[in-house]
Amino acid sequence: MSANCDIEFTLNGVKRQLSVPAGMSTLEMLRERLGLRGTKYACGEGECGACTILVDGLTLNSCLMFAVDCDGRELQTVEGVAASEVGARLRDAFVANGAVQCGFCTPGLMVQASHVIEHNPGAGAAEIRRGIEGNLCRCTGYKKIIEAIQAAEQKNG
Amino acid sequence: MGDIGSSLIGKRIPKLDAPDKASGKTRYIHDLEAPGALHAKILRSTEVHARIVWIDTAAAKRLPGVHAVITAADVPWQRPIGVAKDHLPLKTDRVRSLRDEVAAVAADTEEIAEEALKLIKVHYEPLPVLTTTDEALAPGAPQLHEGHANNVAMTFDYAQGDVAQGEAQSDVVIEDVFRLHYVTHCCMGVSGVIAEFDPGGSLLLYSNTQVPFLHKREFAEMLGIDPGRIRIIQPPIGGGFGSKLDVYPFEPIAIFLARITGRPVKLLFTREEEFLASPTRQPVVLKLRSGCKKDGTLTFRTVETVHDNGAYTSWGATTPFVMMQTVSSLYRVPHCKYHTAAVYTNNPYAGSFRGYGNLQATFAVEAHMDKLAEAVGMDLLAFRLKNAQEPGEVTPQGMHFKTCGFKQCLTTAAERSDFVAKQAANRARWRDANPVKRGIGIASMLHVGGGAKIYPSDGCGTILKVDDFAHVTLITGASEIGQGSETVLAQLVCEELGLPLSAVSVVNNDTDITPWDVGVHASRTTFIAGNSAIGAARKAKAKILAAAAAKAGVPVETLSLSQGFVFSENKKLFELGKFLRGLHFSDRAELVMTTFYYEPPSKHQDKQFKGDVSAAYAWATQACEVEVDTLTGIVRLLKVTGAHDVGRVLNRLGIEGQIEGGMVMGMGYALTENLVVENCTVKNPNFRDYKLVTAPEMPEMDISFIETMDGEGPQGAKGVGEAPAICMAAAIANAIYNATGTRIYALPFTPENVYRALHGAAQAPAWGKAA
Repeated sequence: MSANCDIEFTLNGVKRQLSVPAGMSTLEMLRERLGLRGTKYACGEGECGACTILVDGLTLNSCLMFAVDCDGRELQTVEGVAASEVGARLRDAFVANGAVQCGFCTPGLMVQASHVIEHNPGAGAAEIRRGIEGNLCRCTGYKKIIEAIQAAEQKNG
Repeated sequence: MGDIGSSLIGKRIPKLDAPDKASGKTRYIHDLEAPGALHAKILRSTEVHARIVWIDTAAAKRLPGVHAVITAADVPWQRPIGVAKDHLPLKTDRVRSLRDEVAAVAADTEEIAEEALKLIKVHYEPLPVLTTTDEALAPGAPQLHEGHANNVAMTFDYAQGDVAQGEAQSDVVIEDVFRLHYVTHCCMGVSGVIAEFDPGGSLLLYSNTQVPFLHKREFAEMLGIDPGRIRIIQPPIGGGFGSKLDVYPFEPIAIFLARITGRPVKLLFTREEEFLASPTRQPVVLKLRSGCKKDGTLTFRTVETVHDNGAYTSWGATTPFVMMQTVSSLYRVPHCKYHTAAVYTNNPYAGSFRGYGNLQATFAVEAHMDKLAEAVGMDLLAFRLKNAQEPGEVTPQGMHFKTCGFKQCLTTAAERSDFVAKQAANRARWRDANPVKRGIGIASMLHVGGGAKIYPSDGCGTILKVDDFAHVTLITGASEIGQGSETVLAQLVCEELGLPLSAVSVVNNDTDITPWDVGVHASRTTFIAGNSAIGAARKAKAKILAAAAAKAGVPVETLSLSQGFVFSENKKLFELGKFLRGLHFSDRAELVMTTFYYEPPSKHQDKQFKGDVSAAYAWATQACEVEVDTLTGIVRLLKVTGAHDVGRVLNRLGIEGQIEGGMVMGMGYALTENLVVENCTVKNPNFRDYKLVTAPEMPEMDISFIETMDGEGPQGAKGVGEAPAICMAAAIANAIYNATGTRIYALPFTPENVYRALHGAAQAPAWGKAA
C-alpha cells in the first residue's frame, strides 16, 4: 500500500483538503473519495475522453493524472461546468440538438466542448471536430455533437 | 416545446433523459452505491484450452479484506448458461478459451479483490488448441463439447426452388468467397452488475441487461428459486447494441458471491476485460454462388457459410436466421439454397451485435449484385431496380411486404448522390496518373422492422395511469438503452391523449413494476412497445370520453381530447384534470388506469425457416463515396447518402441520431475496427489498438426518409435501430471497386489490407476445409 499525501486544491470553485494515496488517480479521487460521479471511467488509459476534466483551465484525462498532482491546482468537473454559464448553454444545446444517446461519453464531451468554446469562440465545424477528437462516442456518429457545440457557440455571439 | 394541440409526430423531440445525462447527473451502474457492498473480481484462464487439475485458493482466502473466494466446487448447484446451455459460469474441469472464468473473489475493495486473484494458484494441463474453424473441422480434431462430434455447434439449412434449375437457366454464373472479421461492441459503459439478497433469499439485481424478463427466468432456474423472488432494476445503460442479450458468466458469478457472503456484491469490468470477455460479432467465411439471365433477371443464389462460434454458443450462432432472409428476400430470387455451420473453436465466443449477421450477408450479396450487373453490361442501379422487391410481395420464405419502399430507397439514394454519373466518371479515371482515386458504391438492406417472432411471444405490456392532475405515468416493459424509446413512447401517448410531453413520466426499468417485454433487440421497441403504449392510451381515452359523454349528455363520437381539455366538436367542454378529479371524487369513484398487451400479428417460422416472422420490414439504400489513396491504401469515407424506409418518422431528432450513429458504426466495421485474435488470444484489448471512428473522420451524411406509412406500425412507423449499420461495408466495398477496379473480398479495409489488395499482394479468401 502506498503512502498518503496531503493535498489542497480548488474543485468547482470550492477549496478542498485531502489525504490521498500516492498511486491514486484523479479520476478515482473524484469518483470514490469525493463522490463526484459525473466523470466517467471508460478506458483508464487516456484513450476515450470519458473522464475529461479541466485542470487550471486545460482539459485532461483524469485517469492519467495522479491525485497528488492536483495539489495547488484548480479543477473543474462536469458538475462544475454544467453549473457555469457556458455549461448551461452547452447542456441546452446538447439536449435540443440530439447530441445525447446513451449519454456515457456526454460528461467528458461537455467538459471538452466548454474548453473549445472558451478558448476558440469562433471555432468552425472542422476545428470542433479536431477539438473533440479525443472523445469517443459509440452512439451518435458525432454529427449532432458537433452541431450542438456550434449552436452553443452561436448563442454566445 | 411540445406545442399543445399540435401533433408531436415527426417533430424534433429532445430525449427526456438528455438534460440529466448532459449535466453528469445520471447514475449508471458504475455510479451506484449499495451500502455494505463487496467488490468482486473474476480470475480468468491463462490457458486457451486446458484441463484444470487443481485450484488452490487458500492464500487468497487468508488475505485480510477478502470475504469469499469461490470456484465451481463452491457452487455445485450452478447450471449451464447461454443459448445452447453449453457452459457453466464457473468452469469445472476444463477451460476452452482465455476468457474462461475459473474463480472469483469478493472483497472489501477492488484492490484487495485484485490482490487476492494473484494469490490463487491454478494448475492446468494444456490440451490441443483449435485456432480456426478449419482446424476444428479437420478429421481427428479434438472435440470441444460433448455431443458435437465435428465441433459443429449448430447448422442452418434453408432452400427455395431448385438451384440446379436456376443455374441451368443462367447466362452468367459467378462464385466468390468472402471473409468477415471479428469486431466488438465497445459500449462506452463497461459491463457491470450489483447483486443483493434479502434475508428471505429474494434477489435484487441491478443489471444492464437488454432482456430483463428473460434474465429473471434464467436466474430463477439457476438459483432454484421462484422467479417472483427476483427483481431486476436496469439503471441507465451506457450502450447496448446487442451486447446484453444473453446471460454471460459475470452476472451469475456476482449472484453466487452475494448469496455466499450475504452481502451486496458489485462487479465491474475494466476496459481490457470488456474487450476480452464481452461478446463479439462473429467472423464468417461465406461462399456465394449466384446467377442471372442476360436481361438481368436473377436466377439463383447458393450460400454456404462457416461461422466461428468461439468456445461457447451465444446468439452469434443464430445469425443465419437473419442472413438467410437477406439471401432469399432482399431481391427476388426464385431459387435459393443456404447452409451455415457454426463451428466451435477456442476463440472468444460470438454474441449478437446490431444487424445480427446482416452486415455479413449484405456484404456478399451486394458485391455480387455489382458483379452480375457488370457481367451482363447493365447499369448497377437499373439491375437492382429490376430485381428489387415491391409492396405486396410474399417471398418464397414467407415474408409478406405489406409496405415496401425499396425502389424509392434505391432511386432516392441514387439521385441524391448522383450515383450513376459519378460511377461512370470514376471508372473513366481508373487509368489516370493521379494515385488518389474517387469511388461511389451502393448497397441496400432488408431487416425486420416490426419485431421478430423468435420467442413464444414477441409482445410488450403497458400499464398506464392518469392522475387527478391529468399527469400520465406510462409503465412499459420496454428497456431504454440510449436509443430514445422512453421519449418516443411518451410522444405516442401524448398524441392519443392530447397532452404535452411534460404531462408524461415513463417507468421502464424495474421488473417488479413493469409488465413483461421480450427485450430490446431486433429493432422492435418503437414498433412493439409503441403499439402497446398506444393501446393503453386508447383505452384510457375511451374511458375518459365515455364518462365525459355521460356527464355532458352528448354522443361520445363528438368528443375528443386535445390541449389538456375534453373537446366537444371545437368547443372546450372540460379541463381534463378537473374532469378527472370529478370522476374520482364523486359517486362514480373512478380512476383512469389501463393495461394493454400488444402481440404483433407475425408468425413463427416453421422448421424450414419459412414464415412471416415480422409484422413489418424495413428497407434502406446507402450510397458511399470514398477516396482511395492507392499509394498508401488509405480509404477515406467522404459522404454517405442514405434513404431509409422507416414507415413514418416519429421523432425526427431521434431517428436521425439512430441513423447517423449506425452509419458511423457500419463505417467502423468496414474501415477501422478489427478485434485481432491470434492463436485464440485478443491482441488489441484497448482503444489505442482497436480503432473506433473519431470525430474528424466522420463523413458527410445525407439522410432521406421514405415514409411508407405501415398499416400495423405505431402511427405508421417501422423499426430502424439496426438498419443504418447494415449496408455500409457493402457500399464501401463497391465504392473501392468503383475507385480502383479492384474488388476486395475480405474485411476490414485497413490501409494495409487495401494496399496489399491493390498491389496484388493479397490472397483471395479461401473456402478451405469448410467445403
